[in-house]
Amino acid sequence: MFIGKVNITLKESVLDPQGTTVKKVLHDMGEDMVADLRIGKYIELKLNSKDIETARQDADRLCKKLLVNGVIETYALEVLPV
Amino acid sequence: MRTAVIRFPGSNCDRDIADILTQEYKHQVSFIWHKESFEKHYDLVVIPGGFSYGDYLRCGALARFSPAMVSLKDHIDSGRLVLGICNGFQILVESGLLPGALTRNKTLKHICKNVNLKVGSKGNPLTKKISPDKILDIPISHGEGSYFADADTLKQLADEDRVLFRYAGENPNGSLDDIAGVTSKDFRIAGLMPHPERAVEEISGSTDGRIIFDSFFQIL
Repeated sequence: MFIGKVNITLKESVLDPQGTTVKKVLHDMGEDMVADLRIGKYIELKLNSKDIETARQDADRLCKKLLVNGVIETYALEVLPV
Repeated sequence: MRTAVIRFPGSNCDRDIADILTQEYKHQVSFIWHKESFEKHYDLVVIPGGFSYGDYLRCGALARFSPAMVSLKDHIDSGRLVLGICNGFQILVESGLLPGALTRNKTLKHICKNVNLKVGSKGNPLTKKISPDKILDIPISHGEGSYFADADTLKQLADEDRVLFRYAGENPNGSLDDIAGVTSKDFRIAGLMPHPERAVEEISGSTDGRIIFDSFFQIL
């Protein structure tokens, strides 16, 4: 069994109003060191793939097929044995 | 005209559009449950507004794998018309049948109000009957209607007359180039966030949706 960890964020070119709002609130709290803040989502997959390389390929395929919209989002994928 | 309205779990504007098409435009309307395949004998397929699959993952992302959407591809291949309204538009872009994506409104709020629209591209046959100067009063109701596409796609949409409508005056949701709806290259697939079906009858306040449907159906 393997675990696939997918971190999805909006591309730099896409407006992230949620991130902008949260950053503004942090600034209002005096936390001026926050230069930027982007909000994304995290998906965890448990995979019955036969080995780690297959698990990586499977997870990557699922990202491209459904989990990530390549028009607006990018993702970072990490696959580990459980 | 024979028209199909596809229903997903969470569709909620299916009856609205069906009633308008039946009563005002004399279409023979059938409802298609998303789990069903359908034969390509409809002139028009409508994907209605709502919250298909609870808007889980991304609006419209899960609906595109339904059997009815596979049939929709055959319907499209035979050169027939598709209209996606609101969540229907989101499903069409998530399916890759229309370009771009619809993201969270810039205000982060679900906006339900009437907005002003104008024709998006003068050469688009679907809006040929509408004067380019005409300002249309049409309701919107969405939380994720901010249209996004990369610069090349935006240019291509403009160059190919594929912008169906733009917001006129106030841009309510942050859509790039004020885009409220787009069409496919052959103008047979149309998607828009506003709800023209909510502005046909006198009781709904505005009847400007009638001008939109009159123009759409003129080319069929």
